Amino acid sequence: MAEPSFDSMDYYKKDELLEVDHKPPRTSWMKTPVEFRPGTWIYPTKAKHLEYLGMPNPRDWSPTDEDWKLPDNWQEIIFNGMRERLDKYRSFKVFMDICVRCGACADKCHFFIGGGDPKNMPVLRAELIRSVYRKDFTTAGKLLGRMVGARKLTYDVIKEWFYYFYQCTECRRCSVFCPYGIDTAEITMMGRELLHELGLGVNWAMEPVANCFRTGNHLGIRPHGLKDTLEFFAEDIEEATGISIDIPMNKKGAEVLFITPSGDFLADPGTYTCMGYMALFHEIGLDYTWSTYASEGGNFGLFTSHEMIKRLNAKMYAEAKRLGVKWILGGECGHMWRVVNQYMDTMNGPADFLEVPKSPITGTVFENAKSTKMVHIMEFIADLIKHGKLKLDASRNDHLKVTFHDSCNPARSMGILEEPRYVLKHVCNNFYEMPENTIREQTFCCGGGAGLGTDENMEMRLRGGLPRGSAVKHVQDKYGVNTLATMCAIDRATLQTVCDYWAPGVGVSGITEMVANAMIMKGEKKRKLNFRLEPVWGDPDEDEEG
Amino acid sequence: MPDFMVGDKAYEVDEDGFLQQPDLWNKEVAEAMAKTEGVEELTEDHWKVVNFLRDYYVEYQVAPMIRKLCKSTGFKLNKIYELFPSGPAKGACKIAGLPKPTGCV
Repeated sequence: MAEPSFDSMDYYKKDELLEVDHKPPRTSWMKTPVEFRPGTWIYPTKAKHLEYLGMPNPRDWSPTDEDWKLPDNWQEIIFNGMRERLDKYRSFKVFMDICVRCGACADKCHFFIGGGDPKNMPVLRAELIRSVYRKDFTTAGKLLGRMVGARKLTYDVIKEWFYYFYQCTECRRCSVFCPYGIDTAEITMMGRELLHELGLGVNWAMEPVANCFRTGNHLGIRPHGLKDTLEFFAEDIEEATGISIDIPMNKKGAEVLFITPSGDFLADPGTYTCMGYMALFHEIGLDYTWSTYASEGGNFGLFTSHEMIKRLNAKMYAEAKRLGVKWILGGECGHMWRVVNQYMDTMNGPADFLEVPKSPITGTVFENAKSTKMVHIMEFIADLIKHGKLKLDASRNDHLKVTFHDSCNPARSMGILEEPRYVLKHVCNNFYEMPENTIREQTFCCGGGAGLGTDENMEMRLRGGLPRGSAVKHVQDKYGVNTLATMCAIDRATLQTVCDYWAPGVGVSGITEMVANAMIMKGEKKRKLNFRLEPVWGDPDEDEEG
Repeated sequence: MPDFMVGDKAYEVDEDGFLQQPDLWNKEVAEAMAKTEGVEELTEDHWKVVNFLRDYYVEYQVAPMIRKLCKSTGFKLNKIYELFPSGPAKGACKIAGLPKPTGCV
């Protein structure tokens, strides 16, 4: 085997990563330039994607280049961009002004805990932009400069912004502890918006954005590809259960439009959760449809700019209108729910052509979704269970010892804390919580959200994953936990790496996958295979897959 | 963007060595890329994987699910890793000239 390279977790020695020095460098932060070390930064957006999206300054470049090929008037662009946003977003202005630098957020960031770089203390990460704000937009800063923490916008500042605003996963754990409630994710979002004005972004976020704009989903799956994928899942469902299911696609007049992140169409273990949705909807006889146009629940616009959130989010509602559905059901996605719950209504709403969601199975009206008309799959399933509409045999998941990772956005941006636990406790018998300062609204990020979950960023992903990984290790050692359940596609993709590194032996699963495995379906054959087609219930000697 | 050289012909690749214009792919590119991914010679089994990926890509313009690759070729995942030590995505897909999947993956 060749030597592992910096984009592989085998490259990093655990004891070396664990030697985190939280002492700041000897030079003051304004005089400590950024160093682009392999494994800690993300490849920039390719020109073709910026061109496709009509975004500024498309060109191919690298952060390690001396010259980033910025427009000549880049300072003016940033100044104007800041002024425009300070006028437009009251929150941005307030967040710039009110921080008293108390430091309550300092040790709450997973990247600071696992990396020790002081510029990853949320307060200092925000200061990177706040210092420029002071210099250009406050009288004290204009007059007194560095004495009041103001600094001039230089080329190095831009480089620093690019490095650190892509070392924030916009998870908002720090915001929970801020006595002023400063939403640090929104500061990162403003930083990224301004960088995009100069053509500075990362490909891991922007290729999905361009794909989504072109094909309806981040992966670039086209209509016939989605059909082929769902048919493949249906075949596997039939192999496991003996039941043949329908795949309603682009069905006009369906009651419900179902939208989930496209990661579930490609990457394991999300694919098994996707099979879970299909089996569940078949079992309860839901009148629903998939869409090949709104084929993405996620919205990488959230990691880009407000304008981009709006452009991508609009497709869901346009499609709901075109198909004439009553309401939208959303799958196990993380950041999608921040977009839906906190931005959609004022961006593309009100969706008054839709009805207040009402479960056709239980009659429950989801008053909480009155404005967005979108219901979360866990609310929907919890309601089905509560009304006794599913026949469940939790012992089918007895080989699993399960813990639950609250995904940042459903937990902190939506407050959906009880429903997934309620569902999990009905579909498995062995459930163990991680320590309380690592779950619910205090949950630790996977370390790879907000466009950071790519392999060239492996060192930061492992460092950022340390707090979550350690909490998983804790329940693994204490209770023998072997499964980390989570309801977010980014989590399902990135947490397997975090577990393999910090808590080897723990696998990742979506929740609906576990629901579907526990669900006794009408007319099912004697079950031997779970939805992964593993012979977990049969006699292995009898099994033909053997 | 860097270039990948096959003889005296240059092919544009991304930072991870994935072909930027998948349509320019050919057998010679596959053979040369295989060497950079720890595959000395492309055997019949290798070609079975590469050809499936290629055909899927031509039809759907994306990479297939790994599960689909396994089912269609009849190879289990560990066999794919034996054939392509750097794995189905970074190894096999790259050799077949497919772009790298991005998103929640």
